[in-house]
Amino acid sequence: MSYLTYVGKRLLQLLPVLFGISLFVFTLVHLIPGDPADVLLGQNATPERVKVINHELGIDRPIWIQYLHFVWNAFHFSLGTSFDNKQPVAQLIAGRLPATLMLLSGGVLLSLVIALPLAILAASKRGALRDQMVRAIPIIGLGMPQVWVGIMLILFFGLRFRIFPVSGFGDTFPEHLRSIFLPSLCIAILLSPILIRSLRASMLEILDSDFILTARSKGISQTRITFIHVLRNAIIASVTVLGVNIAYLVGSTVIVERVFVIPGSGSLMIDAISRRDYPIVQGVTLFFAVIVVLVNLITDLVHAALDPRVVLK
Amino acid sequence: MKSNRTLYAGVGMLGTIVLAAIFAPLITHFDPTEQDLMHTLSGPTALHWLGTDSLGRDVFTRIIYGARIDLTIGILAVLLPFVIGVFLGLVTGWFGGKFDAFIMRIVDTVIAFPFYVLAIALVFIFGPGVKSIVVAISLVGWVAYCRIVRANVLVAKAQDYVHAAILTGLPTRRILRRHLLPNVVSQAIVFSMSDIVLSILAIVSLGYLGLGVPIPTAEWGSMIQEGQPYILQQWWISTIPGFMVVIVGFSLSLIGDGLVARLER
Repeated sequence: MSYLTYVGKRLLQLLPVLFGISLFVFTLVHLIPGDPADVLLGQNATPERVKVINHELGIDRPIWIQYLHFVWNAFHFSLGTSFDNKQPVAQLIAGRLPATLMLLSGGVLLSLVIALPLAILAASKRGALRDQMVRAIPIIGLGMPQVWVGIMLILFFGLRFRIFPVSGFGDTFPEHLRSIFLPSLCIAILLSPILIRSLRASMLEILDSDFILTARSKGISQTRITFIHVLRNAIIASVTVLGVNIAYLVGSTVIVERVFVIPGSGSLMIDAISRRDYPIVQGVTLFFAVIVVLVNLITDLVHAALDPRVVLK
Repeated sequence: MKSNRTLYAGVGMLGTIVLAAIFAPLITHFDPTEQDLMHTLSGPTALHWLGTDSLGRDVFTRIIYGARIDLTIGILAVLLPFVIGVFLGLVTGWFGGKFDAFIMRIVDTVIAFPFYVLAIALVFIFGPGVKSIVVAISLVGWVAYCRIVRANVLVAKAQDYVHAAILTGLPTRRILRRHLLPNVVSQAIVFSMSDIVLSILAIVSLGYLGLGVPIPTAEWGSMIQEGQPYILQQWWISTIPGFMVVIVGFSLSLIGDGLVARLER
């Protein structure tokens, strides 16, 4: 199989998933008891007005036409308008995107800074004390509630030492960077146990492989082997592990944004829930799912480009 | 021997919390929802071991009663997905074909949604409450069991004991239930231990966001949220409920690791 065939096959696999996602997100709003018109009109609801609103929202048309309409609009980045302030949902999400993206990339960066050295340390001497200590991290780390980690960070860094702002996003770019540090660290603390666990395993596999044995027999020093041969492969492994966990990562940002009062897309969704602003909830859910699918696609394609064995399988 | 120690340590820790939750009324004589507005935000005293919260409720009492809610929902929310997932994994792995392809596409779709986003959206539909949480977690959770069991069935199908069972002419249902299931279910059981942790984390997060168990019921997530404004003076109100989750997670990890070591022998 050539790389192009692989790409084609991978794109084809996308279709049923995108169909499933769109169907679910479309059904989401229809499962909610009561009429959206009642939410929009509140106490002013009269049968005539409800009828007008239903016509505006297209709810009086057959369900399959509504679905096709929904998909057609979604392809044109049209996700409806917010019930609350009548702004287009796509525009609202786009406005909140920079904060979420900064938080995501900061979290990924910091978690690699934490996880990579620890994984290398653990794998370099299997079964030693340092290996066992690193292996204990996931056991404790995976049971920590996201909100709790956030509050502990606020408690120790923000309030006791007063180094970083404990909430908000600031107005200028340097302020953004400073505000995003603690939330990113929070994400890193949640993500690195998962990374450490998978990276340690793939590191051990790399160390056991033939090319490392060859390198050793050629008399290359252990340090050089670790940093040149192992690290390079470990970074490829990290990309795959991050891709697999992107859904978990995105889900965590929703909660972390809330704890640190970051105006990201996750906060947008949670605020919309209390106001029962259906189009926003629907739009953000669709947006996040599509992001996850796309990131998975990109990870797979990059992985296959870097490691030809994937394509052959 | 070492695996037994891990297992017993985990069971011991979790067992202590479970016993405290069951016999909560014997350990503390306070009511978890009873307010005492004359004594709000008090520090630890002989009467209130962990002080009181902003409504004068005893924090220690609320933590113990919170264990009741969080552990019960946490375990409930894993039972249903376990049964559904294991069943579907067995069937899809064994028969393959169109049904397998169909279920796998559903699996792909569910995986595409970030868990918390999906859970929040589902709780939004069904309205906050215990039932919604269990339904939301179940709708997402079965996928992991299905994939684990399906992968194990695919491996087991090629093994001699299965061929032998087919050749002796046993009915398919009997092969699946008596021969295949015991061999493929162990990994799912081990996973269910960490899955309970995940579902407790989800309950706590939803509680924090105000989408979980309705207040004033004592629940760890809403306790963390209620204590957050007082984090500087009364840090324990938010800290200790979260720490309880960490202990529960730790003990379940130990149980899981102990089970792995036992099963591998």
